[in-house]
Formats: sequence, C-alpha cells, structure tokens
Amino acid sequence: MRNFFRRRSSREVARDRLKILLISDRVNCSAQTMEMIKNDIARVISKYMKIDVDSMEIQISKTGSMERGGKNPVLSANIPILDIGNGDK
Amino acid sequence: MSEVLVVTSGKGGVGKTTTCANLGTGLAAMGYKVCLIDTDIGLRNLDVVMGLENRIVYNLVDVVEGNCRLKQALIRDKRWPSLYLMPCAQTRDKTSVNPSQMVKLVTHLREIFDYIILDCPAGIEQGFQNAVAGADRAIVVTTPEVSAIRDADRIIGLLEAREFSKIELVINRIRSDMVRRGDMMSASDVTDILSVPLIGVVPDDEHVVISTNQGEPLVGSMTPAGKAYQNISYRVSGKDVPLNLEFGRITFWTKISGIFHTTG
Repeated sequence: MRNFFRRRSSREVARDRLKILLISDRVNCSAQTMEMIKNDIARVISKYMKIDVDSMEIQISKTGSMERGGKNPVLSANIPILDIGNGDK
Repeated sequence: MSEVLVVTSGKGGVGKTTTCANLGTGLAAMGYKVCLIDTDIGLRNLDVVMGLENRIVYNLVDVVEGNCRLKQALIRDKRWPSLYLMPCAQTRDKTSVNPSQMVKLVTHLREIFDYIILDCPAGIEQGFQNAVAGADRAIVVTTPEVSAIRDADRIIGLLEAREFSKIELVINRIRSDMVRRGDMMSASDVTDILSVPLIGVVPDDEHVVISTNQGEPLVGSMTPAGKAYQNISYRVSGKDVPLNLEFGRITFWTKISGIFHTTG
C-alpha cells in the first residue's frame, strides 16, 4: 500500500537528479557562485517589484535544443512576486 | 595498424579491471596480438584477475626506469599465446611514471601488438593522466548508479578535451529485474544522460565473481556476462554486433508489469 502513493520510481528520481547535477558539473558552477548569482538577481528585480527572496530558486538545467546532444544548459530563475506595483511608487 | 585503448571510469569498483581482462582475452581469442597494461601503480589488480600474479618478475616501472628490457616485463597469458600482461609496481606510487614515459612505452608496444589495453586507476590524478597519455581510444565503464554516472561524465569531459578517436561506453552490472520494476536506470537512460555511444551492456552476473576467484576471464563462456564481453570484444574489433538493450528496455508489456509491481 505504501508503494501505491509513490508517484515516481527511483529510476526516474535518479535520472532527473543526474540531469540537473551533471549540467551544473559541466558548466563548472559552484554552489557559492550560484548563491551570488541568485543574490544579484534578487537585488536587481527588487528595484522594480517586491519579491519573495526566501522562496526564490535558480537552477541550471538542460534546454530542449538537441544541439551538442542536448547538452546546452539554461539558467532559469523562479521568483515569486509579492507585490508587482512596489517599484512604481 | 595497432590501436591503444584506455579503460577508465573515474569511480572505483565499477569493473574497469574486469572489463580490461575480458576485452583483452576476447580480442586474443579472436587471434589478435594483445597487450594488457596495468597502470594502477601501488594498487595493481589486473594480474590477479588474469591469474598471473605468480609470474611477475619485472614491471612497468622497471621498464620505464631501464632496469629491464621491455619484453622481460611482458607476461604471457596461461591460455592465449597472443595475450600478454605488463604488470605495474606494487611498492611504488603513481608519480614513479610520467605521461611522456607512458607515451614512449606505448609507442614501442605498438610495433609488437595489434591492441594495447591500458587499465586506468580510479580518480583523475596523475595515474589517470599517465594512462590516457598514450591512448587513442577510450572505453568508459560505468554502472547504472548516480555516483558512477556522475564520475563517468566528469571523465568524459576530460577525455573530450583530449584528442581521442573514439570514446565509448560500457554499462556494467545492469539488473533487468530492477529496471523492469523501475528501481534502476536502463541502458538507454544512462546513454541518454552521458551522450556517448554505447559499446556494450554487461548484466550483473555472479559468474564474474567466480571467474575472478579462479583468475580466469569469463569472456566467451555461456554465462550472461561472458556473452556480453564477447560481444564487446567483437564491437571493439570493428565487427557489427547488434546491441542487446534487453537489459532495461522498456516495452509496452514491461511498462504494464512495472505498474503492477509498484502498485502491488
């Protein structure tokens, strides 16, 4: 019954974890650098709107492009906005 | 024309030495002149896997340092007269040899052998640099585990920065029952992630342990791993043998039964 609620198999979990892990390994970007990028993005966006910095996420992942074996990385940021009008004051 | 292959993996314990022993034996059984070189100085193992540990007199470091002639360090295999092993030193460390010395050694061996197979140590330090220095083709061994694949990816990156004619992948220790249950990545999952051509899939097989116990490579035997290594040997030599992706292939039916396994 326990397994009934398990949505993803461990095989899929492993595959997805590796895809993300290897992209960041390949671009040779340390966790520290990622944190710095994240803080810089947060600072810039905060000029224009109020964002939730704590739940903001940035990630380097694979693009859909199949060039070079689909290895082309893309940096994506997920930034929750708290108040969009904040910066216009 | 001779070819120099390096068998590497990054992570330890994924089956580099077993792959070397079986590939070398497989190629020798096909009639090629083969030289296996153990480059894991200080932690040699290819000699025991081949069952030749009692015949070692001289080793790779002796050759490089000029303590003996090249041919004195070559040990002939028990079963195949065209197969030789060059062991490495057990009481020295990786810095005893440098990459340019390895290139020179391999250049001499090219005159004698059709295939020269280098067993690379784990890691990406000097031992790795020595092993890859003289090679023109690389075989990366991995298992369908996150840690091994990550290290393999790193190794592939380092190999791609050098001029290799070919970089090919061997996936070792696949368990088709686990793949079917959704608890192990399949051969195609691993190949997709690493984006390197696959040259063979070796199932997890207890006969490998038995063959290592006996010091006799199992290539060519009627065991699952023996057959897989036979096919890898054929493919390395250029024969077109279709890949058996049975280990972990997801068909409609296995998918359905997989669902029942996870829900049941």
